[in-house]
Amino acid sequence: MEALLSRYRNLTVLLVVVVAQLLYLAYQVRTNRDERLIRVWAVTAVTPMAGAVETIRRNTIGFLQDYFILLDVREQNRKLKSDNDRLRLENVYFRNQLRTAEHATALTKFQAQSPSKTIAARVIGNSTVATAKAVFIDRGSTSEVEKGMAVVTPDGIVGKVVAVYPLVSQVLLITDPTFKVGVESQKNHIHGVLNCGGGKCSVEQIQNEDKLSAGEWFFTSGEDRIFPKGFPVGTAVSVQPGQGMKDVKLNLSGAPGGAEEVLVVLQGAHQAIPAAPAEEDTATKSMPAPPAESTSTEAQTTKPQTEADKIREKYDALGKEQKHEYGSYTSNVPNFNLKTPAQGTQGQASPSQAGAAVASASPAPKNPEGQSASARNGTLGSSTAPTAAARTRTTTASGPVLPLGAPRHKAAPASGQNSSPTPVPPQ
Amino acid sequence: MMNETSDQLLTARPVAESWFNRFQVVALAALTLIAVVGKFYLPRLIPNTEWLELPLLLTVYFGLMRRSPIASLFFGAFVGLAEDSLSPANIPIGMYGITKTLVGYFAASVSLRFNVESSFIRMVLCFFFYFFHAFFYWIMRRALLGQVVPFDPQETFVHGALNAVIAIPLFAMLDRMKLAGAA
Repeated sequence: MEALLSRYRNLTVLLVVVVAQLLYLAYQVRTNRDERLIRVWAVTAVTPMAGAVETIRRNTIGFLQDYFILLDVREQNRKLKSDNDRLRLENVYFRNQLRTAEHATALTKFQAQSPSKTIAARVIGNSTVATAKAVFIDRGSTSEVEKGMAVVTPDGIVGKVVAVYPLVSQVLLITDPTFKVGVESQKNHIHGVLNCGGGKCSVEQIQNEDKLSAGEWFFTSGEDRIFPKGFPVGTAVSVQPGQGMKDVKLNLSGAPGGAEEVLVVLQGAHQAIPAAPAEEDTATKSMPAPPAESTSTEAQTTKPQTEADKIREKYDALGKEQKHEYGSYTSNVPNFNLKTPAQGTQGQASPSQAGAAVASASPAPKNPEGQSASARNGTLGSSTAPTAAARTRTTTASGPVLPLGAPRHKAAPASGQNSSPTPVPPQ
Repeated sequence: MMNETSDQLLTARPVAESWFNRFQVVALAALTLIAVVGKFYLPRLIPNTEWLELPLLLTVYFGLMRRSPIASLFFGAFVGLAEDSLSPANIPIGMYGITKTLVGYFAASVSLRFNVESSFIRMVLCFFFYFFHAFFYWIMRRALLGQVVPFDPQETFVHGALNAVIAIPLFAMLDRMKLAGAA
């Protein structure tokens, strides 16, 4: 037996090893139980090494990828920066083109609307003298430009032509210290002289008594024989009383120094200065007040708008005083020669005062100037008289009906109006 | 007395050779570990390298160079069991152990009869043992575990050829390290 084993030692060992593994295998299969310990040891021994390798691999690959990606990013960044610069330049170019097109459109529109004959020109250069505010335009005598012509833009005035050459002209800007322009305010048509000599433009030669407020528009007056009347100049930014003359600072509506396209007025035509917008327009727009509860009495309290309305009111008052019913055959004939209390009051005033009283019956001006003017004219009824009379009629429907503009005895304050005669009681 | 002294002098190994043998053992164990971990981890590093059987090639090399069937079968069993310990949990431990035990034994047995220094012989043997290893493993899974797994001879043939090609430079590198020189 020993000889047999020694002779086939290798084969015996092989069989023993294989059979041992087979038995171990069979044990695992039979018990259906995994030998976790060996696997735990193996996995515990191997996974840290695998983890380290994986970490090295990931970091190496990550580093290499980042390196190449960064190389790519650097190249992309350079390209994007180049594209960005190019696009920015294109953007500036197109903006300039757009601005030029807008200016050209505005000029064309203004040229078509303006009654003056104008020719478009482009500013091509500035004057070489630093102190002089002058520019060159690309229109000269060949374009019928002459010395002394006005140069404007739709926004405002620019200057006047001071030198004409065949192809170009020199324009002295209104911001030049030697330039003076006759201007006129929009609302009260106060005349003055624009002077931009001190760096800031101001309107001179305006009396302190003249009514002028900040924000008021000034237009060319045409008195300087350069600019036709009616071109916008600017708005008053501050109005201060000065030594005999007002100190009016003006903000030019145009930009004489920055204009690129201008219009040379070949044949000027004076225009009317546009009317000042109503103050109601400048105020906050709101819906009109809702109508009050309509009654028959209130329906009669509408303010007379015309002379016919006033005459009708007068006859209504006389008819009510004499208890006459219009349209009735049985009613007595009223005496229309009697005077109503209001007429009695007006009868003591001059015709001009009567006219003023009629004027006061019109919608009351909101500015205090109108009220003071009424007071100076001796108007008995204040601007609130129609409203007060209407209120009286509304509250005392059976009482005496006062004519429009008549002072009320009870409501009258202790002023000069108290001296007005007492209304005639109904007979 | 004289004969005993002479025998001791003849049989005793020098200190450097003893140290080198120990280095060989450690290096062989490290290589085995690398081969097993490589099979476990290489497909993650390099995709489509599941066919590479470094533990098998190492077992074949050890059997061919050691020319000791017992040592080779134990080495094969060690490598196989190590590989089994990292195999999926649904495969019991011992499948690769048995297979590689047989491979180690047969490789050492072949080396006793053929000149395994030739690269061609090595390549043919590697191809043969890969095919044997794959087929025997498949047989065992079907016979012992009852698991119906596919076996693709064509794919196994290609993978065997690739492993045989890889074995040539690998064996040459291991020859330089003279890990089996103590045989």
